[in-house]
Amino acid sequence: MKELVKRLSEAFGPSGSEEQIRSIIRSEVEQYADEIRVDAMGNLICRVAPKNPAPGSGPGAVPKRIMVDAHMDEIGIVVSYIDDKGFLRFSPVGGLSPHVLLGQKVVFADGTVGVFGTEKLDDIKDLKFDKMFIDIGARDRAEAQAKVRVGDAAAMVSSFADMGERVSGKAMDDRIACLVLIEAMRRARPQVHEVYYVFAVQEELGLRGARTAAYGINPDVGIAVDVTLWGDTPEHAPFNVALGGGAAIKAKDASLIAHPAVKNLMIDAAEKHGIPYQLEVLERGGTDAGAIALTREGVPSGTISVPCRYVHTPAEMVDMGDVGACVSLLVAVVEELASPAGGGIL
Amino acid sequence: MLLARLSEAGGISGQEAEVRALIRSEITPYVDDVKVDSIGNLIAVKRGRRKDRRVMLAAHMDEVGLMVVGIDSDGLLHVEAAGGVDSRVLVSKLVYVGADRRPGVIGSRPIHLLRAEDMDRATDMDSLYVDIGAKNKEDAEKLVKLGDQIIFATRCEPLGEGFLKGKAMDDRVGCYAIIEALKKQHDFDLIGAFTVQEEVGLRGAGVAAYQVKPDLALVLEGTTAHDLTETCEHAHSTVPGRGPAIVYRDASWVGDRRIVDRLIETAEAAGVPYQIKRTVTGGTDAGRIGPTESGVPVAVMSMPCRYIHSPVSVICADDLENYVRLAGLFLDSIDERGLPV
Amino acid sequence: MDTKQALMHLADARGVTGYESPAWEVVNSLFADLVDEIRRDPLGSAIMLKRGAAKEPPARIMLAAHLDEIGMVVSKIEDEGFLRIWMMGGVDRRILPSMEVTVHGRRDLPGVIGAIPPHLQDPSKKDKSWKWDELLVDCGMPADKLRELVRVGDVISFDRRAVGLANDRIAGKSMDDRAGIAVMYEAARELQKLTHECDVFFVATVQEEVGYGGSITSTFGIAPDIGIAIDVGHATMPGLPEHKVLKMGSGPAISFGPHVHPHIFGKLKEIAEDRGIRYQLEPGTNPRGTDAYAMQMTRSGVATGLISVPLRYMHTSVETLAFDDVKKSGQLLAHFASAVDSRFREGLTCF
Repeated sequence: MKELVKRLSEAFGPSGSEEQIRSIIRSEVEQYADEIRVDAMGNLICRVAPKNPAPGSGPGAVPKRIMVDAHMDEIGIVVSYIDDKGFLRFSPVGGLSPHVLLGQKVVFADGTVGVFGTEKLDDIKDLKFDKMFIDIGARDRAEAQAKVRVGDAAAMVSSFADMGERVSGKAMDDRIACLVLIEAMRRARPQVHEVYYVFAVQEELGLRGARTAAYGINPDVGIAVDVTLWGDTPEHAPFNVALGGGAAIKAKDASLIAHPAVKNLMIDAAEKHGIPYQLEVLERGGTDAGAIALTREGVPSGTISVPCRYVHTPAEMVDMGDVGACVSLLVAVVEELASPAGGGIL
Repeated sequence: MLLARLSEAGGISGQEAEVRALIRSEITPYVDDVKVDSIGNLIAVKRGRRKDRRVMLAAHMDEVGLMVVGIDSDGLLHVEAAGGVDSRVLVSKLVYVGADRRPGVIGSRPIHLLRAEDMDRATDMDSLYVDIGAKNKEDAEKLVKLGDQIIFATRCEPLGEGFLKGKAMDDRVGCYAIIEALKKQHDFDLIGAFTVQEEVGLRGAGVAAYQVKPDLALVLEGTTAHDLTETCEHAHSTVPGRGPAIVYRDASWVGDRRIVDRLIETAEAAGVPYQIKRTVTGGTDAGRIGPTESGVPVAVMSMPCRYIHSPVSVICADDLENYVRLAGLFLDSIDERGLPV
Repeated sequence: MDTKQALMHLADARGVTGYESPAWEVVNSLFADLVDEIRRDPLGSAIMLKRGAAKEPPARIMLAAHLDEIGMVVSKIEDEGFLRIWMMGGVDRRILPSMEVTVHGRRDLPGVIGAIPPHLQDPSKKDKSWKWDELLVDCGMPADKLRELVRVGDVISFDRRAVGLANDRIAGKSMDDRAGIAVMYEAARELQKLTHECDVFFVATVQEEVGYGGSITSTFGIAPDIGIAIDVGHATMPGLPEHKVLKMGSGPAISFGPHVHPHIFGKLKEIAEDRGIRYQLEPGTNPRGTDAYAMQMTRSGVATGLISVPLRYMHTSVETLAFDDVKKSGQLLAHFASAVDSRFREGLTCF
């Protein structure tokens, strides 16, 4: 599994430029899906049909739709201007902090590498994106333009580190969740209802891919898988999630109040199957479930998260035990929902 | 339940009438003499079998609250704190105004119309007001008066497992303990001094002590218990559940060491849990009783109360029982072993 | 029961945003005899339909008041037996010290939000309000017992019973927006005496306090022609400029602005004047802040209006209003619904 984590982490896919990561994920999941399509926004949507769809032709025979979502996109930057000396000005893509960029590198789709630099600052507190630039080693504008265009996106450069039980690299948000979905697709056996596994685009820009994917699928229940913050490093603000504490079940974040029935189903499934879990209330931050919940007439939704340290830096760190717990929990929840009892929700 | 009735009775410093009347009706069957002095202290005497010594128990009847000090043209009431009330605990609370207990609310500017930095600032007392629903000043003046007391509308009820919540635990717990103590006959004269105006400068206690001239006094108070997660242990002051707190010294007086030792000995001999107060903060009636005339030996025993001086305090029911019990055992020890002083 | 009793009952009911079911029970029992059909949609909004007299109703009118109230959520359980909390909806943390609350765990538990006593405080911090991570809920229990009864994610409501003040004014928690539901109740009662051609949907929406989720989705499901939100508006109090506030006792406020269709505004005013209902105007350029914002942009659009009940101390647990304003708002809406015909509806696209 770690090999796949590495490949997913290192793949290129800033919000709006997800082609490369989509094709990697597609080749991993094709074998498990009954139907695959890419919608207008670029979401990769995989339908898994139930093993025993309800017989007959009454209303009960129409399978309900379970939507499971993880986002493929990562934060990054987009080039806004190339100056006459070949330096690039940029804007952030997604929730990036300028301080995280100092001393870091970015890489473009074709492999071109750039380094962040700053203008003279009287005080480090004055650091803002518009006082920074990217240096791709070009000596003038023409040389830069041969490699890069205004509007090109770039992702952070980071090498994957295998630390044993834990791994670290860029874009664990949300590639680790993509892995959870891939593993769930492989293992889960939905009985009577269909499952749509959605690898969404542009979550970091405001849950955009999930919104349209959900409208198209029109699901009866929605589950997003994402990462969440952590509370277990020195003098951290109080937060109920620790690395190694198991799958994080969302109660609330800034985008969503988890539907009580979905949240309780997750807790019951975790307890029934002995899966370690922790409950979280996140003050700021959101997931695709927030968009899925408000689709059309409303969709009961919740989120399962992989605890992740140093979120939105190139060194995001997760615990493989937690990843395993999230996979087991997602499989249990999907199977519960897709059973004739519908998890009490469908 | 008596403590609940005491907790819900209303009496800010200088307006203790309702509390005094309640206490008076409770103690009259058990004592020989009851009187009220010129400042409002209620002094009850239970004569001893031998009448050769005078022991005084003191607790104050007043509670922290507010007073109506102005009525503006909208009919809203301007207030001042009566005693040490932090303005930050007043917002969004229900209160009763005046002897009629007219309900009012302490409102606040809506969050939608505030900026982020406004929310970091506490609302100061001059910006707070009580709304009784009056249409304008004339209307309000028919319903309340300048000078009316304003008390919190908190009901005294059980909380969780073995706790009680209510207002004015400081110092209705002390009043309660004295009422219980007055039910028992001792060799010495036992005087219950229910003092006034403690919260605005310990003003009644010295006057009471001057009249009573006790050989020894024990002040029964309520004190800070701050065992919330955010505070480190040494700053906890007292902790609920560990028993009544015996006080070596506080900001107003150093407890007479002989009385403190007798309290500790008595507690240990009877297996009554107790704790020692950990901080030297807060003043009590001992600060006025002690220096009366040529000095009165006095010490303080306190009930741990979370959120003291706020609309809702929390106490541990076992602590209350042990507080009353230890006071009683201390008095018994005087019969058995004589005064510690 | 009469509308004033219904208002107090509704205000006391618990329904923290996202967990509105206890308040829904009260709404269900109040409206059961006044409408033809009641259902809850996937997120929990209550949709109560009173069918119009016409065989083909000329319009679908949706009246919306939000069912949810602000409150708190348990974010962590500390080993010393205290609960850490975060807000559900916009709670001004300055109201929390010394607040009595109910923790909705496996059962409802009373709790108190404590405050550091003055004697132990740093004097330099005395004029700063306590931060969220300094406010802890005390349920009077040790951690192990607490953990059997309470989980992270459980919601917490203010513990307040509505109380009558002078001049028929009432103070309580969640007048925002149970007052709006009481307005709908009054309107539904009044409609029993009137004829109306249109289908009227009384909707108690969920999650308005965290982004209008209930009105977005319930409006999608109903697809009304006309949508009128009923919420509360800021009433006079010290520190607020007079022109920005409404007067308690001066009747419903009819809103005007980008979030209100001009013909709906005009019709509401006309009805108020015809029926001698005292009203006030609430002009504004900001379309946000109520369910009207979300209803207007749903599907192919909805002609919206907004009625506000003047309210002091919004988003505290002592929200105060004049009962008469609630009653008059209800009557205004009943007569509006009764007056809408096909000509009015067709005119909505004439600007």
